[in-house]
Amino acid sequence: MKIVKLKKSNLFLFLEIISKEADLWAPVKKGPDKHIFEVIEDFSKINLDYTRTILPPKKIMLPSNFNMFQASNTEYTPDFSHVSRKIIFGIHPCDIHALVTMDKFYSHEYNDPYYQKARDNTLILGHSCWPDEYCMCKSTHTHVVKEGYDLFFTDLEDTYVVWIGSSRGDDLIRLKPELFDKDLTDKDIQKFSQRREERDKAFTKDINFEAMPDLMELKYQSPLWDKLGEACLACGSCTNVCPTCNCYNVEDKPILGKNCSNISRCWDSCTLENYSGVAGGENFREKRSDRLKLFYTHKLQSYISKYGNPACVGCGRCIVACPVDINVYTVSKSLDGEAVDTFWNRLNKEVTK
Amino acid sequence: MNGENKIKAPANPFQPELARIVRTYPLTDDVKFFQIRIADMEKALSFQYQTGQFAMISVLGAGEAPFSISSTPSRPGLLEFCIRKAGTVTNALFQMKENNLIGLRGPYGNTFPVNKMKGKDIVIVMGGLGAAPLRSVLLYLLDNRDQFGRVMLLHGAKRPAEMLLREEFFSLKEREDLECYLTVDKDDTGEWPADVGLVTQLFKKLGTINPENTFSLVCGPPIMYKFVLEEILKLNIPKDQILMTLERRMKCGVGKCGHCAIDYIYTCLDGPVFTYWDVIHMRELI
Repeated sequence: MKIVKLKKSNLFLFLEIISKEADLWAPVKKGPDKHIFEVIEDFSKINLDYTRTILPPKKIMLPSNFNMFQASNTEYTPDFSHVSRKIIFGIHPCDIHALVTMDKFYSHEYNDPYYQKARDNTLILGHSCWPDEYCMCKSTHTHVVKEGYDLFFTDLEDTYVVWIGSSRGDDLIRLKPELFDKDLTDKDIQKFSQRREERDKAFTKDINFEAMPDLMELKYQSPLWDKLGEACLACGSCTNVCPTCNCYNVEDKPILGKNCSNISRCWDSCTLENYSGVAGGENFREKRSDRLKLFYTHKLQSYISKYGNPACVGCGRCIVACPVDINVYTVSKSLDGEAVDTFWNRLNKEVTK
Repeated sequence: MNGENKIKAPANPFQPELARIVRTYPLTDDVKFFQIRIADMEKALSFQYQTGQFAMISVLGAGEAPFSISSTPSRPGLLEFCIRKAGTVTNALFQMKENNLIGLRGPYGNTFPVNKMKGKDIVIVMGGLGAAPLRSVLLYLLDNRDQFGRVMLLHGAKRPAEMLLREEFFSLKEREDLECYLTVDKDDTGEWPADVGLVTQLFKKLGTINPENTFSLVCGPPIMYKFVLEEILKLNIPKDQILMTLERRMKCGVGKCGHCAIDYIYTCLDGPVFTYWDVIHMRELI
């Protein structure tokens, strides 16, 4: 691994040089504790003092709605207009892990060119972070990164320690090598280690993810799922904000007056009512509890048996997003037999008052 | 570290090929037969599929949906489908005429294990539209007749007018190397020349079965599975020699859109053919 140093005061200059021929996406503050990834025109808008963005970076790879084909009676012309050269700066380790998870998923058996082309054209510039009360990435072992990024910036007061993670990352450094210092001092290393130690201690949420596959199996008939089903609003917020959720729908949208269509692809959610409905009226998962079971078996069990790691990267977005406290943390804890203060537990009490 | 991934599909697995409707005619009130050929002759001949697989068919302006292939790979070139009018895509398909163009991609999914089935006796049980996927493997068995033991077919429909491909099955009934039983729940014509009653009542006609040496293939409406499986289990056929083909919502066919997920598998990649053992140990299959 190649490691260099960059003075913080040189960051914008570096970003300016590398983003000349690409869109630079970075976190921008939109309100108290509300950040989003946005295309940056003005570097001063970049706000690195954030924990998680509302939507994960998956929206930059595959937007919530894009065109797959422009189709006519005689031709299906692939449309890759969502692909352009991009740089994502300021992305946290959990979200980088989510991208690695999606890399595996989208190349499994069949390669999805709509993801692959977008990914190939995107440079990933990670940034260190500090956990808040919702972060669970230490439990999912996604709080540090070993792959999936081109450069990774660790914040050490007035400098960044920059890990170079790929050949393309190395090319970026070479665009202006004089900005970087190759020699890390003992003091830098000490600071780096100290930061890591302190950060490790700052995590407050912990889930026993290793136990989840067996628990999902053993508690599959548990009345807990009915309680969850009663509380769930089937709004789809959890899947929208989840950095590894990738279900989608395809729509043929005719262009009026012309004998042609846009074949478009938009995010879908397994918690929505008609997710498993087929033509003719059969719906394989009519009950909300059945759809929640699908979501949680997929995240906490199925993915592990297929890819070796859960599809949860511990980002905590579902905790923030769910209006009724159904999230990876509360569901895992409840399956593990712990009492948690949640909407569905209060619901019964409030109704019987 | 960054070696090429093994990728089996072409550049864009979502890209439909243009295909021509060669023939189409009604089978019942709401089911039509479609013979389709990929417009590009070279691609038509290189479309290699196996029994049990499905294809995605698209109609411009309506969308795309999965359909099981009813023709047999032992008769290459033309693809055949039995399609029920049930939703947006099928409604649009029913408007299409011979020589019209549609989109087609595939084949997708796993297959009936015809190699494992070699030398074995085969009991095929089909009900209603279940004839669509099972016709493919039935014709395959008949085209390679000397490679299999007894071939038995139990086919049920609600009424005579609802039996798909009646003429074809009645002519198959004439074959001496096929034990073919056709039944209707109710004969409202008074002229039905074959059995009347539920498909489960046909099992007694099969005589002695050597269960270890028998495969059973089942497809039909959800309600049929319960009763037919009971009969098959009574015959003591091993659970992993009982095969079913299942339906799910699908938007891609290549394991990406998520809709057909069941447990840790995708119906489009790891199905649609499942064994009875799969069904009882993997929740939600039927």
